[in-house]
Amino acid sequence: MAEIRNYTMNFGPQHPAAHGVLRLILELDGETVVRADPHIGLLHRATEKLAESKPFNHSIGYMDRLDYVSMMCNEHAYVRAIEQLLGIDVPKRAQYIRTMFDEITRILNHLLWVGTNGLDLGAMTVFLYAFREREQLMDCYEAVSGARMHATYYRPGGVYRDLPQTMPKRLETRWTKGKDLRRVNAWREGSLLDFLQAFCDDFERRVDDYETLLTDNRIWKQRTVGIGVVAPERALQLGFTGPMLRGSGVQWDLRKHQPYACYDEVDFDIVLGVNGDCYDRYLVRIEEMRQSKRIIQQCILWLRQHPGPVMPKNFKVVPPTREEMKHDMEAMIHHFKLFTEGYIVPEGETYAAVEAPKGEFGCYLISDASNKPFRVHLRAPGFVHLSSMNEMLSGHMLADVPAMIGTQDIVLGEIDR
Amino acid sequence: MIDMQALQTLAWTVLKIFIIIIPITLTVAYYTYAERKVIGYMQSRVGPNRVGPWGLLQPFADVFKLLFKEIILPANANRFLFYLAPVLTLGPALAAWAVVPFSDWMILADINASLLYVLALTSMGVYGIIVAGWASNSKYAFLGAMRSAAQIISYEIAMGFALVCVLIAAGDISLKGIVQAQQGGIFDWFWLPLLPMFVVYFISGVAETNRAPFDVAEGESEIVAGFHVEYAGAAFAVFFLAEYANMILISALTALLFAGGWLSPFENVPMLGNTMLATPGIGWFLAKTVFFMFMFLWFRATFPRYRYDQIMRLGWKVLIPLTIVWVVVAALMVLLGWIERGA
Repeated sequence: MAEIRNYTMNFGPQHPAAHGVLRLILELDGETVVRADPHIGLLHRATEKLAESKPFNHSIGYMDRLDYVSMMCNEHAYVRAIEQLLGIDVPKRAQYIRTMFDEITRILNHLLWVGTNGLDLGAMTVFLYAFREREQLMDCYEAVSGARMHATYYRPGGVYRDLPQTMPKRLETRWTKGKDLRRVNAWREGSLLDFLQAFCDDFERRVDDYETLLTDNRIWKQRTVGIGVVAPERALQLGFTGPMLRGSGVQWDLRKHQPYACYDEVDFDIVLGVNGDCYDRYLVRIEEMRQSKRIIQQCILWLRQHPGPVMPKNFKVVPPTREEMKHDMEAMIHHFKLFTEGYIVPEGETYAAVEAPKGEFGCYLISDASNKPFRVHLRAPGFVHLSSMNEMLSGHMLADVPAMIGTQDIVLGEIDR
Repeated sequence: MIDMQALQTLAWTVLKIFIIIIPITLTVAYYTYAERKVIGYMQSRVGPNRVGPWGLLQPFADVFKLLFKEIILPANANRFLFYLAPVLTLGPALAAWAVVPFSDWMILADINASLLYVLALTSMGVYGIIVAGWASNSKYAFLGAMRSAAQIISYEIAMGFALVCVLIAAGDISLKGIVQAQQGGIFDWFWLPLLPMFVVYFISGVAETNRAPFDVAEGESEIVAGFHVEYAGAAFAVFFLAEYANMILISALTALLFAGGWLSPFENVPMLGNTMLATPGIGWFLAKTVFFMFMFLWFRATFPRYRYDQIMRLGWKVLIPLTIVWVVVAALMVLLGWIERGA
């Protein structure tokens, strides 16, 4: 009898379920995966190296492009690292804005996740439902920063500018006019905060919609329950963070355990799974969206009552206003210095991490007292999660590969960096 | 000497074939349009709306696009089998229509064992898929073909037993006879006494046509497009046509076997008397078929995809035992007179 050999298959980088440019070399025994070997580097853009050759502020925009579905959280880690070295204080209002936008980002990320994970497992409708809500939050990004994805909104010291008093309205098109136009603009009559308020009031119902489609669906449960089980001890050993870790039942959330921004002032719960399988991680992420909504509502309440500056008056780091520059020579000089050579960060090294939607996103920064970082290292949660791919996948079937890529919620932008 | 009589019959038959094939092809075209529209509205978007008024010319745009594209033959593919496969899939999908009675007289070939003929032809379609997967010389296509083969064999059995129940209930093996045995209004159709079989048959039908949630042979997110991953242009269009023709066929068969075909649901309602609503006709048959066709789209918008081994489990451990039990139950029901044949 002929010797039966295993079958090697190339999964990606051009594969509809590879979430970007992941390439998996799968060794298959029939449909069962014996070994999975992830190959990365196809989206490598040398972000860390590029940051070494630019003034500090120039790299904020690069951070958006790492994990391009949780943009502002990446910025947050980077600007926090700079703030720690500079030792500057961030105004309370800016902290609340950051908290709010971190949570908007979390919802954005989890919406994309629930949609694409559904799509990977064949449930296409939830994808489009999730994108409908994503549109609204993207509009919030656009309202504060002018960009829908790569916002570059956070700055060392605060945020680029205060929240807008008016929410931009949709314009009439061939397809949306009259009553339809009034409907899509119904939430946009007031400020950004009014818009977010309306969104949050509506959001609970939307999440219920996704859950109706998936949570109790027999097929969905068959596809996710008991798939990719990671024991809590093993999850810690593998360096999991975020929903991957909490899905296994380990209580660890930087927002609670090492609070930053205003997370110690808002009320929310850490969501924990029990079994550590794909289904629990799904439930954790769904519930995290509801918790994020809670945090956003609290932030809205605070921000409405506390107007104030969103940047410190430290003109070594923060540009002065245009008006001041017209009559103040010193402001003029500050402006010139800031926009030609940037600012000098004292010598030292630091690590700042935030609870990004995917897990702990950290920035390790070394400064040699120049206007550019000496070294930046970014700790991407996706990289750590992806390295467990072989362990999680071995013994599962080919159809579980997309489920596993989905549940790890990897984005190649931050893995390759 | 050419027999004029035979020639005339032949010409008449060819004409009748075209009368059936052309509307089916058009239905397929607009079924794809309906699919995109229906699923579009289910997913809170609008679907195609640019080509022609309300996007009504979209199917033709798609067809022309596919026809003008090159059919790419992959390296080291088996040329003969590669081109044969789409034909093998489409042939049975269209041939099965020969015995479908559109009403009590609109039928191309009124043969007495037409149900067997349909069963035989619907099983043939899988050869095209297997051959396509083999001839493409692609691992993804090969996996798709293997999945498809296993799946169709499993569900063919459940489907066959479900049909056995229909045969027992109707006491006839021709589609026309089966419909005639269901006379008497909506509660005399076979869906009620054979309710589990009705469900099993439709599930098996969805599985046989490789539609969501049983579309593992295509498995978009796992094996990209499965058996037809290497096909492009007109060859792909033929696979597409066959898939949709099969979906329409399964819908039509479900309407015939379990929902009274061309019979009116209000046959014995005294108030309606002999009005349009109470008389049988092709309209009823088409309406029922469209309803089942809509179910296919609804499933696709709602369900996630089964995993390959879960499909096998559902087929062998749930559907087949259920059908075998119901064969006995159906026989008892006939014996006890609960099912009246052609009341």
